[in-house]
Amino acid sequence: MSNARANILARLRAVAPQEPAATPEPDFYPAAKLGHADRIAQIKRLMEHMHAEVIVTDPQHWIAALKDALRARRLNGLLYGPAGPLGAALEANWDGELPPLVGYTEAVEQCKERLFALDAGITSTRGAVADVGALMLWPDANEPRLLSLVPAVHIAVLEATQIHDSLADAIARERWAEGMPTNALLISGPSKTADIELVLTFGVHGPKELIVLILDDQEV
Amino acid sequence: MTEAVVDFPKNFKEALNDNQLRRNLRAAMDTMGQRRRNLFADLDALERLRARGDAIRWRALRQLPDLLEQLEKKCTENGIQVHWAETPAEANQICLGIIQRHHASRIIKGKSMVSEEMHLNHFLDEQGIEALETDLGEYIIQLDHETPSHIIVPAIHKNRDQIARLFHEKIPNAPYTEVVEELNAIARKVLREKFFAGEVGVSGVNFAVAETGTLCLVENEGNGRMCTTAPPVHIAVMGLEKVVERLEDVPPLLRLLTGSATGQLITTYFNMITSPRQPGEKDGPQEVHLVLLDNGRTKIWADPELRQTLKCIRCGACMNHCPVYTRLGGHAYGYVYPGPIGSMLTPQLEGLDHAGAMAGASTFCGACEEVCPVKIPITTVLRRLRTESYRKTDAPNAVKGHGYKRTLAESLTWQGWALSNATPWLNALNAKLLGLAGPHLSKLPQVGLLKHWGQSRALPPFAAKSLHVLAKEKGIADE
Amino acid sequence: MPTHPEKVYFFGTCLIDLCYPQAGMAGIALLQREGIQVVYPQAQSCCGQPAYNSGFPEEAKKVARQQLKAFPKDYPIIVPSGSCGGMLKHHYPQLFAGEPEAAEAQRFASRVFELTEFLVKMLDVKLEDRGQPIKVTWHSTCSALREMRVIEYSKSLLRQLKNVELIELQRERECCGFGGSFSVKQADISSAMVADKVADIEQTGASMVLSGDCGCLMNIGGALRHRNIPIPAQHVAEFLLERTQ
Repeated sequence: MSNARANILARLRAVAPQEPAATPEPDFYPAAKLGHADRIAQIKRLMEHMHAEVIVTDPQHWIAALKDALRARRLNGLLYGPAGPLGAALEANWDGELPPLVGYTEAVEQCKERLFALDAGITSTRGAVADVGALMLWPDANEPRLLSLVPAVHIAVLEATQIHDSLADAIARERWAEGMPTNALLISGPSKTADIELVLTFGVHGPKELIVLILDDQEV
Repeated sequence: MTEAVVDFPKNFKEALNDNQLRRNLRAAMDTMGQRRRNLFADLDALERLRARGDAIRWRALRQLPDLLEQLEKKCTENGIQVHWAETPAEANQICLGIIQRHHASRIIKGKSMVSEEMHLNHFLDEQGIEALETDLGEYIIQLDHETPSHIIVPAIHKNRDQIARLFHEKIPNAPYTEVVEELNAIARKVLREKFFAGEVGVSGVNFAVAETGTLCLVENEGNGRMCTTAPPVHIAVMGLEKVVERLEDVPPLLRLLTGSATGQLITTYFNMITSPRQPGEKDGPQEVHLVLLDNGRTKIWADPELRQTLKCIRCGACMNHCPVYTRLGGHAYGYVYPGPIGSMLTPQLEGLDHAGAMAGASTFCGACEEVCPVKIPITTVLRRLRTESYRKTDAPNAVKGHGYKRTLAESLTWQGWALSNATPWLNALNAKLLGLAGPHLSKLPQVGLLKHWGQSRALPPFAAKSLHVLAKEKGIADE
Repeated sequence: MPTHPEKVYFFGTCLIDLCYPQAGMAGIALLQREGIQVVYPQAQSCCGQPAYNSGFPEEAKKVARQQLKAFPKDYPIIVPSGSCGGMLKHHYPQLFAGEPEAAEAQRFASRVFELTEFLVKMLDVKLEDRGQPIKVTWHSTCSALREMRVIEYSKSLLRQLKNVELIELQRERECCGFGGSFSVKQADISSAMVADKVADIEQTGASMVLSGDCGCLMNIGGALRHRNIPIPAQHVAEFLLERTQ
């Protein structure tokens, strides 16, 4: 082991603190406090602008909406997390005419080829952030990380009551600083790039399509 | 690795004569500037946001040694292995050690400017290890054996027909197409196989949060998530100044970064990594390594004025707004970081005697300072570097390579200038002589200053009677 | 400081002194016309910026001390240049930080005004256009724009002139490539920048380009003359005086 650590810290600590007192830290861009309906509308608007397909539905009808979305595409299967929040509902309502449900139940080393060959994957979400139009995901043992990344179509189910006004809000209210997961993600749309002549195109290395089903269970 | 000596005048001249490059750059910089302005339309809010970003970066830098230790502690608790490297060579060896321990030969890389600073790809290549760039822009330039010309859009100097030809020639079975969507699809297909087969993923780090031991990454393409999730090993390389104190510091910096770089509210993905695969989890790397690189940053940090350089969050806005960068592009600068940030950083890392010319490639117009999201006083830092270029001293804080430009001729010239301007009768004499010589300057051999000025401009119109003389003649009071 | 002082100092700048004295005289005349007594200390010379920006702060300080000496009284110091004005106002305090002259430099800096800033902000000058219709364009010098922030004062004076049509450049805010010693030390880049500025000026169809800084005017005007383009480059003070005499 080199002395790099010791040398670096020693160099830094050899310098006496010089600055004046802390610089003031103004509030920035305080996100607008939105009502429930406006949060949904904002998520829909911003994510559609980034080429996501956003379907506002409710707890009773989301499976039907999901089936419509699947039937509109030719998909060879739908990857999901059987032990995740959606697992039971999906299994209970599936029918043979739909692409088969494929559970992501083994370590990736055991199923990598199958994983990379599947056309679509579905995940729950932890919520969303309205001011920038992004889903929040905390992948876990039940809904692994690659589930929302490898298949070309990613379907995400969002509970409308879990939409925060801003990331700062989410971090503060949910007390993320007390314990971060292995991986936390914000996803604002299908993958994209403008690396060639700044021409914006969608569907690069991450999913080509993002379908968001927003479950709104509040009366209009 | 020592850079080959960069011939700045030659590079600059070539770039200035490259019409396609200048067209591409102009269009791209205009676009990025406009996108940023569109996003930050509320100027008052922007100023508050910049002030916040400035304060966050200062607070982090002020506590740098403590935060680095806290970052290391939290990362280690989370299962991330932390390594420290004083030099690029050390950092490369650390990466090699990890790669060799896993008997890996297929490395996939997300975009990382620090890895360019390390010349990691070249180093691994010499060891027979393929390090494949997966960011589309980086992939393109790697195919063409080039370096990035911009820190955010590395292939901005290339047109689609050049990329079409490149793909057709270098990628097996790739058809010739200039349609951008089709070019992307070709890259997606090739790289998907690499993501599948990658044995070690390498990435940079946009922010490292000391409070939670979390590595934060922004991206649009998804290759970053692939590199940090699919292979069994992930190595993150980071300049040690990138640490921030708290999780709550991230949202303002994130807004500043995505807004300043590409005018986006947010990138497609914001990826926050806190540990390797935990028991029960099905994917993610089983080993995550963080390599902290110094490479001269601790020396920069020791100087209160130059420390400002380390606030940088690598957004690229400075180069997007720089009239000099817009006409030269990144390659002409010859080093990893171009434009204003490059001109501040490179001479300090590589030595003024190597890269001091970059500090001279500026009119101090201040367009960069105006847009810097963390309010680095760029012209002040560059002025300091120019001063250091002439400074003869034993002071420990002197910048590497200081005094390299010092010549007797220039020193005497400025001393003579100072004497003349500090002595009214000498000043008056000087004005009179210039007034007499002025109309005849064009008859002199056009060498030196005359040549440089006169190559594109009529010579200065030295007046027969100076303002001093006219004012006196007109009876303007002299108190 | 009283808004309509009895006396002001005039800091001519070395470029105006040597190459554009008529712009200096015009600036003085504009002030005198408002009933102000103008003092032009013969002991003045250069603000010191050339040395300061080139990396020779000691030589810059030597020259700056001379200016502190030449403008000792409490009068406002009017400067027909955003660049030199910026040096005096924003950089003198930094140049002398920690030095015996620190307090004096602060006081000096607090008295500095760019010419059009002073005319508008302090004197609320009213101009009557006596000239023929003309199309002009305006180059925003970098220091006037970003350091002293006085561009809107200059433009507001131009807009008062009813026969003057101000056509804005496509890239008004882009540097013309002067940058002092940059113009000769990085002549190739400087030439490329001024070439673009000239092209921008031509496409406006204006018959004249105006600016508040003689460094830029020397650069842009020189480039226009080098190409035999019959568009004069004039200092805003001269233009304002001619139009309103």
